[in-house]
Amino acid sequence: MRIAVAMKPVPDLLQIRMKDRRPVLEDVPVVLGAIDRSALEIAVELKEKTSGHIVVLMAGDGRLEDTVKEALAAGADEALLIRDARLNGADGSLSAHALAAGVRKIGPVDLLLFGEGSTDNYSGQVMSRVSEILGIPQAGYVRDIVVEGETLIVTRSLEDEEEILEIRPPAAFSVLSEIREPRIPSVTAILKARKKPATVLSLDELGVGTGSGAGVETVSTLAPMTGRKGERIPSLEELVRVLRKEAPGGGA
Amino acid sequence: MTEFLAVAWKAGEVPELLGAAGTLGGGDETALLFLGGDEEARQAAARWGALHRIPGIETRLADTGSVAGALAGAQKALFAPVVLLPSTRRGKETAGRLAQILGAGVLTDVHRMERGEGGAICCHRYALGGAAVSVQRIGTAVQVIALDPGSFEAAPERGPGPVNELSVPLPEGSVVLREARPRVRDTVDIAAADCLVAVGLGLDRKEDLALVERLARAVGGEIACSKPVATDRKWLPEDRIIGLSGKKCRPALAVLLGISGQVQFTVGIRDAKTILSVNTDENAAIMTLSDYVFIADLREILPELAGKMDAGPG
Ligand SMILES: Cc1cc2nc3c(=O)[nH]c(=O)nc-3n(C[C@H](O)[C@H](O)[C@H](O)COP(=O)(O)OP(=O)(O)OC[C@H]3O[C@@H](n4cnc5c(N)ncnc54)[C@H](O)[C@@H]3O)c2cc1C
Ligand SMILES: Nc1ncnc2c1ncn2[C@@H]1O[C@H](COP(=O)(O)O)[C@@H](O)[C@H]1O
Repeated sequence: MRIAVAMKPVPDLLQIRMKDRRPVLEDVPVVLGAIDRSALEIAVELKEKTSGHIVVLMAGDGRLEDTVKEALAAGADEALLIRDARLNGADGSLSAHALAAGVRKIGPVDLLLFGEGSTDNYSGQVMSRVSEILGIPQAGYVRDIVVEGETLIVTRSLEDEEEILEIRPPAAFSVLSEIREPRIPSVTAILKARKKPATVLSLDELGVGTGSGAGVETVSTLAPMTGRKGERIPSLEELVRVLRKEAPGGGA
Repeated sequence: MTEFLAVAWKAGEVPELLGAAGTLGGGDETALLFLGGDEEARQAAARWGALHRIPGIETRLADTGSVAGALAGAQKALFAPVVLLPSTRRGKETAGRLAQILGAGVLTDVHRMERGEGGAICCHRYALGGAAVSVQRIGTAVQVIALDPGSFEAAPERGPGPVNELSVPLPEGSVVLREARPRVRDTVDIAAADCLVAVGLGLDRKEDLALVERLARAVGGEIACSKPVATDRKWLPEDRIIGLSGKKCRPALAVLLGISGQVQFTVGIRDAKTILSVNTDENAAIMTLSDYVFIADLREILPELAGKMDAGPG
């Protein structure tokens, strides 16, 4: 089975500082999307069961080579990096066109995997858009994937129900973080990853035109006001007193 | 001609969708398209009359590609440029595919909307994992907006009215639903609770949950948790998750036990009136978001704390 996993390069949220309530993104290192690493983990499992092949797809405007090494060490076989200045702050539509073009470039795939939502934007739209562009069936919020002959059996987890679906490849799924726990690559795996191929292409090289973004304009991005006093409670007795005082029902 | 097309899967989703359209001046003209099965549809028609249905779609709901294709047809038939859906998992998934078919921009998890310059719809949604709020506008002729459930005022019932069957093509799908298993939903809604006692990965023994329950009872609170406690450890139901992919809560008091305070969590609790955190790490991010902090090991203090709180005042 040929599997493509879309992994988004995202700013490390733990390192973002706010200045006048505005996020400062300069010099914040780029990391792999958290849920995307779970998507890669289930891909590795399916690859081992079906003697398959995994290509990682990443679209971004910065240096992607360092970030993708982790994915190659965690079990991917090769990577296609789509690097372009136009992808700076790209909306889901442009990212989707970039990724769909990437999929066409790498040739037929049976399975396309995404995270349920990206760490920074969490819009949950890129998988659906890519599926439509490629004209393939999709399932979101997948918590398990099993191969049964020619068919994929997926469990989609919704708020009120779970659905067991039968889908024939090619298909695209977005997965929940709980689908698999991502591995921490071993030192040997990291060394081996250096030899795995990573191709870099621009949007022009992939034939993604300038009309592909869907015009979402950001008016402002502001952090909320905080300003809590963070008073230290010195003892357990004092903790009990504060809890009683602050409990809405009087803590009786 | 109407500006808004509200799309609902379940009757319970209708009031907020129509309410949200109402705040933007959509009012009674908002077209309502209902996707749910027969019994649900009858109920909806009795309370929110003048609704549109796509015959046969209720058997295809598991196939997002098919549903989005039919919805695109409905949008064109009804000429409504702004499609509103619930930002449930199904709603979000459908929104992206629908937007792609319609050449539309899409925004999901929108928790507030208002009119801006020239009547443009300004949508508020969380950015950077919840660390900030973005105000965004969609620039395309057709717009798809998925609304965060629980964030909008419910519209009053419109009363019974006719059901209009739309004849739009229902694309042949290739997703087969083998089985649907209802999930048992929690009876407690943490988003509505006045007091929450939330546990994170810092609570590392499952048996200590009993002590946390005693503490919660003593302060009159409900138990909640960070995401990995429910999804990885499976100690509590997913309905108890606070945060970006869980619930946004605003209790009078939130007691946070062993939670580090990553943005995806804090976005769900920062509107609490008072926050008290217990953590071993005095540098945990949650400290700067707390009114009170107690630096301690939960393993050590929970038995005594639960005991003292049980004993009541005095
Ligand atoms: C797209 C996306 C969406 C997400 N949505 C959510 C969401 O909705 N809700 C959510 O919660 N998370 C969400 N997450 C996950 C989030 O990023 C964090 O991983 C999670 O909130 C961490 O949970 P935690 O604070 O319980 O665990 P940790 O970060 O591991 O923190 C544990 C804390 O316990 C303290 N501790 C350890 N031992 C003790 C002890 N004995 N006594 C006292 N304190 C102790 C530690 O100092 C630490 O501060 C999301 C992530 C992504 C990528
Ligand atoms: N720029 C990107 N590069 C690679 N994958 C992406 C990119 N943007 C989104 N994705 C994938 O799409 C998923 C959902 O993203 P989103 O729709 O933004 O929530 C992510 O978890 C990734 O798997």
